[in-house]
Amino acid sequence: MAKYKVVHYINQFFAGIGGEEKADIPAELYKGEVIGPGTAFAAGFGDEAEIIATIVCGDSYFNENIDKAKAEILGWVKDLAPDLFIAGPAFNAGRYGVACGTIASAVAEELGIKAMTGMYVENPGADMYKDKVYILETKDSAAGMRDAVKKMTAFALKYVKGEKIGASSQEGYMNNGVRVNFFEEERGSKRAVNMLLAKLADKPFTTEYPMPDFDRVAPNPAVKDMAHATIALVTSGGIVVKGNPDHIESSSASKYGEYSLAGVTDLDENTFETAHGGYDPVYANQDADRVLPVDVLRDLEKEGVIGKLHEKFYATVGNGTAVASAKKYGAEIGQKLKADGVDAVILTST
Amino acid sequence: MRLEIGKINITDIRFAENSKIENGVLFVNPEDLKPVVLEDEKLKDVVFEIAKPGESVRITPVKDVIEPRVKVEGKGGIFPGMISKVDTVGSGKTLALKGMAVVTAGKIVGFQEGIIDMSGPGADYTPFSKTINLCMVCEPVEDLKQHDYEKAVRMAGFRVAAKIGELARDIKPDETDVFETCGIKEGIEKYPDLPRVGYVSMLQTQGLLHDTYVYGVDAKKIIPTIISPTEAMDGAIVSGNCVSACDKNPTYVHQNNPVIEDLFAQHGKTINFVCQIITNENVYLADKERSSNMTAKLCRMLDLDGVIVTQEGFGNPDTDLIMNCKKIEAEGVKTVIVTDEYAGRDGKSQSLADADPAADAVVTGGNANEVIILPKLDKVIGMLDYVNLIAGASDKTLREDGSLEVELQVITGATNEMGFGKLSAR
Repeated sequence: MAKYKVVHYINQFFAGIGGEEKADIPAELYKGEVIGPGTAFAAGFGDEAEIIATIVCGDSYFNENIDKAKAEILGWVKDLAPDLFIAGPAFNAGRYGVACGTIASAVAEELGIKAMTGMYVENPGADMYKDKVYILETKDSAAGMRDAVKKMTAFALKYVKGEKIGASSQEGYMNNGVRVNFFEEERGSKRAVNMLLAKLADKPFTTEYPMPDFDRVAPNPAVKDMAHATIALVTSGGIVVKGNPDHIESSSASKYGEYSLAGVTDLDENTFETAHGGYDPVYANQDADRVLPVDVLRDLEKEGVIGKLHEKFYATVGNGTAVASAKKYGAEIGQKLKADGVDAVILTST
Repeated sequence: MRLEIGKINITDIRFAENSKIENGVLFVNPEDLKPVVLEDEKLKDVVFEIAKPGESVRITPVKDVIEPRVKVEGKGGIFPGMISKVDTVGSGKTLALKGMAVVTAGKIVGFQEGIIDMSGPGADYTPFSKTINLCMVCEPVEDLKQHDYEKAVRMAGFRVAAKIGELARDIKPDETDVFETCGIKEGIEKYPDLPRVGYVSMLQTQGLLHDTYVYGVDAKKIIPTIISPTEAMDGAIVSGNCVSACDKNPTYVHQNNPVIEDLFAQHGKTINFVCQIITNENVYLADKERSSNMTAKLCRMLDLDGVIVTQEGFGNPDTDLIMNCKKIEAEGVKTVIVTDEYAGRDGKSQSLADADPAADAVVTGGNANEVIILPKLDKVIGMLDYVNLIAGASDKTLREDGSLEVELQVITGATNEMGFGKLSAR
């Protein structure tokens, strides 16, 4: 079986060219050469992968000529067409870490080639790039080289072979915000008890889900002239045309529907129903106005309280639907409503 | 309160003429059980089937899972307030049939029931692939509304479990575990130096088929209160809901509540396990505020040092979870919460519907949106009619080769929020 091809990126120091005084050397391609930490990687790869080229660049040069250096290196990597690109490890060297993160993520994003790097958790490059490429966590200095190479080699082989990558805590890469399932050694209740015992004793513990910054949306100011306003209805309560023509899922909706209200004054059990899987559908199916109050809005329209009810409504199922999906549907629906001249929206849930 | 649980290990279930338990084998005559189910006029028919670990069998749509038991000493009976009188349970002696379960199934709400695979990749995710299951597929009379159907199947499951448990009344258990809590004053005197720990269990009460019952009371209508954890272990809390299968707490999990078991394991050693606080997950904001206020206040009044909070369901109850955590932490009580995640199929979305910095100690049961392929199995107990509609499925679920493409959400107990399983995520 052919060996996987790897291109390795290192700085002037690890290439043995020199320290700070040589940090301004431009990028250079060493085809067929294995340099510095590459030797240890090559040993770890054994018969499974080989380093086909090493790219060396001074840290100052890279960071001061970022566009030029990036373009040049990407050009080389494109021609070499490796299976995997490895940068570093950079340990706690700040400019080196940023360079590794920048070039590895560029290789991944622009060339679609698998790329990874390794560095210390406090390296500024870590926070900048951990959600863009796999960054294996290393110690803070080159004294941790042996350990870093071991970890990175094991991960590299798994990654390049296309094997399933487990959770960050299992594989040793920095948490990249992508939640990955795996089976723990202990059941959840035992882990909870252990975590509580640590918390009670003021000992360190690691939460399994760090709280995100929560996105809170402030409501718009009140509509001043309701009598001339066009009001739209949008629901996450799953009200759809009977038969659910768009097959909106009962949970984890992958889409939303757009349905006409032209000529509809009242939703009844022959024409509308709910697709939502999170509540007893009996009452919503009997009379979908209970979730999407078309009847009341038609009354208000007649009484002149509102200008008119928008002739289309939008619906999805909120049950288990990912926030990212909901955000996307919301943005799209918002654009459509805006384009249709809608002044205000009543959002109903369940 | 002191509760002895005698465990009788069941190694096989067989249909037979005479219902009995002998040498760890449960012999059961379905004809003995049928009248127990059909005494409810809302049910037209029932089919009993046996599913064993490792068999190529898929059970769906699963409603509840129940461990058969019999109360042999002490006050109360099986499932007090539901099918026995409301005497307080949690003391005396109860015999439990271990290694088996009664599984109720039916097309109740269609989309709010679950899947149990007895073999294949799906089996790794459900705890009930490891139990020998006596399945009862219940058919309703015509035109029965879902909530009436749910109630009929719920109660029938309890009656059948009790009927089977009764067969064990005179059997000597293979082993016996003893669980004992002390009074408030007694605990302080006995364990003056140990941190005082409570367990806050949030019960699913979103209503409309999302209900949990405590001594027969719909928990939606309770104000948070304290119980002895042995009461929950002895059947005081039962499931009455149809929610996504992965993180609903079947009656079996209430009976074998893992947090209670693991806190008891530390009781008197590293902690003083004081009590269980039960609260609900109602949908109105005022209810959420009231219940979380009361829960935090109870933690303070009991001078607790720490609590574990567990959840049932997701989305709306996430707000209750975070409210409880925030308010309990604000009382100076250290809190660990147990939940699961809906981070999207790609794992990139925000996992909970609410968040707060006070929730700094979280245990997760994994991402319920993760997709899994369940291969076709030889036999289906129940029906596949609803498999494209259950929560966690899509119109593409049932594939040409008979396999199912689903989210873990459809698998009963996959991401349990009482920490019953080992699945997690990072």
